[in-house]
Amino acid sequence: MSSILIAVIVLAALALLFGALLGFAAVRFKVDGNPIVDQINDLLPQTQCGQCGYPGCKPYAEAIADGDKINKCPPGGESTIDALADLLGVEPEPLDAEHGAEKAVPTVAYIREDECIGCTKCIQACPVDAILGAAKQMHTVITDECTGCDLCVEPCPVDCIDMIPVATDRSNWYWEAPTAGVELIATDRRPATAGGHA
Amino acid sequence: MTHLIQLHEFDGGIHPPENKHQSTGRAIRTAPLPDELVLPLHQHIGAPSRPVVSAGDSVLKGQVIAEPHGFVSAPLHAPTSGVVAAIEDRQVPHASGMSELCIVITPDGKDEWQPHQSLCAELGVDDCDDISAADLVRRIRECGIAGMGGAGFPTSVKLSVGDNRIDTLILNGAECEPYITADDMLMRERARDIVRGAQILLQITAAERCLIGVEDNKPEAIAALEDALLALHEEHHIDVVTIPTKYPSGGEKQLIQILTGREVPSGGIPAHIGIVCQNVGTAAAIADAVDIGRPLISRITTVTGDAVSDKGNWDVLLGTPVSHLLAVSGYQPQKRERVIMGGPMMGFALPTTALPVVKTTNCLLAPTEKELPTNKPSMACIRCGLCAQACPAELLPQQLYWFSKAEEFDKAEQHNIFDCIECGACSYVCPSEIPLVQYYRFAKGAIREEQAAQEKAEQARERFEARIARQEREQAEKEAKRKARAAAAEAAQKAKKAAPAAATDAPAKTAATSSPELEKLQKQLDGAQAALTKTKEKLEAAKADPAMAEKVPVFEAALTKTQDKIKTLAKDIAAAKKAAKAAPAAADDKGDPNSPERLKKKWEMAQGRLDTAIKRLEQAEAEGSDKVEALRDGLEKQKVRVEEARQAWEAATIGQPAANAAAQGTPEPANDDLKRKILAQKDRVDKARERLSMAQAEGLDTVEALTTALSKQQDKLKQLEQQADAAGEV
Amino acid sequence: MALLTLSSPHAHGPNATSRIMLTVALATLPGLAVMTWFFGPGTLINVILAGLTAVVCEALVLKARKYPVGFFLKDNTALVTGVLLGLALPPLAPWWITVIATAFAIIFAKQIYGGMGNNPFNPAMIGYALVLVSFPVQMTTNWAVSFQMSGSEVAGLTDTLRAIFAGSADVADVYTGATPLDDYKHLISKETSDELLTRATFNGWLNGGWEWMNLAFLAGGVFLMLKRIITWHIPVSMLAALTLCSLVFGWDHDLYTPTWLHLFSGATMLGAFFIATDPVSASTTPKGKLIYGAGIGILLFVIRTWGAYPDAVAFAVLLMNFAAPFIDAYTQPRTYGHSKARRGLKTGK
Repeated sequence: MSSILIAVIVLAALALLFGALLGFAAVRFKVDGNPIVDQINDLLPQTQCGQCGYPGCKPYAEAIADGDKINKCPPGGESTIDALADLLGVEPEPLDAEHGAEKAVPTVAYIREDECIGCTKCIQACPVDAILGAAKQMHTVITDECTGCDLCVEPCPVDCIDMIPVATDRSNWYWEAPTAGVELIATDRRPATAGGHA
Repeated sequence: MTHLIQLHEFDGGIHPPENKHQSTGRAIRTAPLPDELVLPLHQHIGAPSRPVVSAGDSVLKGQVIAEPHGFVSAPLHAPTSGVVAAIEDRQVPHASGMSELCIVITPDGKDEWQPHQSLCAELGVDDCDDISAADLVRRIRECGIAGMGGAGFPTSVKLSVGDNRIDTLILNGAECEPYITADDMLMRERARDIVRGAQILLQITAAERCLIGVEDNKPEAIAALEDALLALHEEHHIDVVTIPTKYPSGGEKQLIQILTGREVPSGGIPAHIGIVCQNVGTAAAIADAVDIGRPLISRITTVTGDAVSDKGNWDVLLGTPVSHLLAVSGYQPQKRERVIMGGPMMGFALPTTALPVVKTTNCLLAPTEKELPTNKPSMACIRCGLCAQACPAELLPQQLYWFSKAEEFDKAEQHNIFDCIECGACSYVCPSEIPLVQYYRFAKGAIREEQAAQEKAEQARERFEARIARQEREQAEKEAKRKARAAAAEAAQKAKKAAPAAATDAPAKTAATSSPELEKLQKQLDGAQAALTKTKEKLEAAKADPAMAEKVPVFEAALTKTQDKIKTLAKDIAAAKKAAKAAPAAADDKGDPNSPERLKKKWEMAQGRLDTAIKRLEQAEAEGSDKVEALRDGLEKQKVRVEEARQAWEAATIGQPAANAAAQGTPEPANDDLKRKILAQKDRVDKARERLSMAQAEGLDTVEALTTALSKQQDKLKQLEQQADAAGEV
Repeated sequence: MALLTLSSPHAHGPNATSRIMLTVALATLPGLAVMTWFFGPGTLINVILAGLTAVVCEALVLKARKYPVGFFLKDNTALVTGVLLGLALPPLAPWWITVIATAFAIIFAKQIYGGMGNNPFNPAMIGYALVLVSFPVQMTTNWAVSFQMSGSEVAGLTDTLRAIFAGSADVADVYTGATPLDDYKHLISKETSDELLTRATFNGWLNGGWEWMNLAFLAGGVFLMLKRIITWHIPVSMLAALTLCSLVFGWDHDLYTPTWLHLFSGATMLGAFFIATDPVSASTTPKGKLIYGAGIGILLFVIRTWGAYPDAVAFAVLLMNFAAPFIDAYTQPRTYGHSKARRGLKTGK
């Protein structure tokens, strides 16, 4: 009888102790805000393209934090999905084709300036204010600020916006990874030649 | 003269076969003039220079043909007299094999110098020791000198050490790469120039001593330098230090470690630890620049390898095609043709021999397969650790390899991949012949790309958030205005109730119609003015470009036409304004986009933007960013806009005060809301009409859509007017 | 015509993996010779058998994986695994033990992980551990006894072949016995150290084959160090740790095995210079190698002294293989230009 009593008392004491400890920790190590949203947002490509169905990256980050799928971001593609899966401890899934396909090469918008009628529609569409111009003035894209989200293409009444691949020059060229010896022999016996990386 | 200097040792390093004797047998020869010189604008680290000549210009030897663009940049000079044949994209000697802008000069064979003089003569001083460091650095910059050891960092930038006090100047004569003997031969034949360069550099840096580090496999060079020092009759602190032969002792960081025992902090520059390091070739070029005013237009290049029969060193004009130099050296193309610019350890294989010699070309190595076999297919890494023993940066190359291969870039970064100097010692010793350096280059590039993407994403996020915040603010403002208007309307209603007979509709109507009229005219004027500036620009461009010459009259005609149009419009506006003045305006001018307040605000905002644009431009110029050009254009445009905004405001202030005064006394009419709607609708109709006419003028395929839109807007307007009439009758 | 464009460096030194592996195999020859001299041709047959099995298994797996067989066989790593396993197994062990151990080592411990360079554990020791736990009787009693120990002739070629391939028990009974380490551990509770050391198994310093065998492997190891194929770190720290442990804990020879027996019997030297130094599965940083070697030395002493097995090189090495990546992460050397070394597994700045 007494041994049962002792067990009950001990367990109750332990429960109290750990309860107090947890309570203390909850107060002492309280984190303000919801950093997971910011962490998710940091992993998203910030193109603000809205292809995920949310009006920007932050809203999608909030949605993911609330349990939405992580595979709705075509600009981020596989690497973003992997990073998100890593962060959230879930299985990576293939990109949801419903939201579009991952671009093979990064692009920027380019306005064919002779054709621009200065309607400002693209300026209103641009989520990052990367298009300069005023009403009836020719518009132009600040290439460095353009995220390549494609949002300006559709509103243009005269279809004067092209998405062109980001040019490779000396500043962003780099060596590609060598081909492993095994694959080389498997294909042919010639050694790897240099190749560029966009 | 040699003092005992405590030498230190760097970790790792290798002893590849030197193969230097092949090319030291003959004195330096001057390479014959080629048919064409191709000068890439980007021969140095930093921003490419900008051409200041155009195709067809005659240039003299030593004449500036391209100017530096930004701080980290260097000018370019004509290596010989001749005619600029073209300024066009040509393939440049870079590992990527890309094409970049080059100035192509056809030599006239006269080799005629432009006048040049020593810095002393230019400044008119008697004693060259009196010249200030700033003047010396300026001369070095003007002469286009960039590090000649291989990296090509603009020397003047390297000499601008800021607040760092320099105690030691190091001249790098180690030349540790196998095969290359350009510096060796230079030290043998032009030791005096090197010593003179050292003196100038000491004068600039105010360093206490100068150490010339030379590997012990170059006894002739060491002897020549010692002789040159003995020949100096004044007191000096220059020492030639013999260092043991070990690759890569010629690496800047390694040489500093050998000579001083100090380590350049990761991510830092030698100046941070009180050291400036220059190549001996650079020192000789500096002596030429300061003492005779000779810009950097040629350099010593070793041509060696078993595929050439006549190995040796050449004094080559920059821009000389590699094929030309190989041809005069008796080049026999091999079965698997390979020409390496630089040495076998760090040089890069050229994609074609039609590339020019540039400021950094210290060697052209044309090996046979027998002497430098191409790498066999790599085997798996067995983590033998030979690479770690060879690494001069004390990295763990095999770990970096695994991380790079698996694209685990964060781990590669954590293992300090960016401290890798790509010397190739690890690949050299690797028993599995893994192209380690290429893996590191790939990883570094990918990491940089990732960082750039991240930076861009961060920037995009900020801009997006700023935009959202702005939209919210605007929404809030609108809301506040709406409320204020509602309140005002209520007050007016009350006032109307109090004095129903006092208000009359007629003048208000006149004012309401005259204001949009004015606005429309004003807009047309704006458009015409914009067109005018555009036409002017086009005209300028056409005048500048001979190919466009026949278009000049067309543009001139267009210009006159536009100017006429502006005059007419200005007259119209004046008339409209008179009318507005006469009519007692009753409309609330808050909604009028052309009210003086608004216009003033517009002007101020434009001015603000202009200020920011100027600031950004200055910043970009300071950083030598390649955005400068775009920013400058933007600035010009912004200036025009500011001017326009100011004019608009002035025009408006002249016309408006009376109207304002009149408006204040008049209470608002009851069907105010409806009227405002009509006004807005009229505005829309006008806009639609303009868009349509523009589309028609330009023959765009949107004409139809725009026509429909216009008729719809007109219908809506009619409806509103009918409503207003009905309301007025009530 | 486009020229060949490859990334620098364009020059390559004389090192080659296949030659390194061949040198390692050759460096075991003195040890092999001594073993053959003292214990009969059993080990030689084992080495040949294991080497052949290893190469054949490697070829078959490569074929199955659709890899170029010739290219990979040329690297000689399978040969080294086979040779080391052949040396480690008891000289008179039945042939199927050798074949099973080698096949398992190559197929499961090496190729399943991706082949050369990708195996986290020492393949030879995996194979050895497998047969040791599966066939403890054959593995502990089939050690041949040297002629000095038994006082009789060492097993001849015919007898050895019969023992290995026909499993003739009579041969095994005549020529085999327990190893000195095993004997000492089991008999020390019954006799004093002095009594024990007069037994034929021990027969005084340098009179059994064991000391000579270990000295021969030591010589081979020094040769590898001179050839710069292995560094001193792992062998030295391993032997030092073993010595230290046995001096501190095993000073009472009436209870524990004496230091000289630890160092010069069993597979100590083979393990220190040939097995622990397998670069693929060992630690790679200089400091890490010291810790790794010391860990093997300590584990070796612990298992030999208090464990169930007479020798423990295989288990000690395999246990430290587990720890090698972790040790590497915490023992990165200080890079040029950095004030202190980076430590740990955390990434980011």
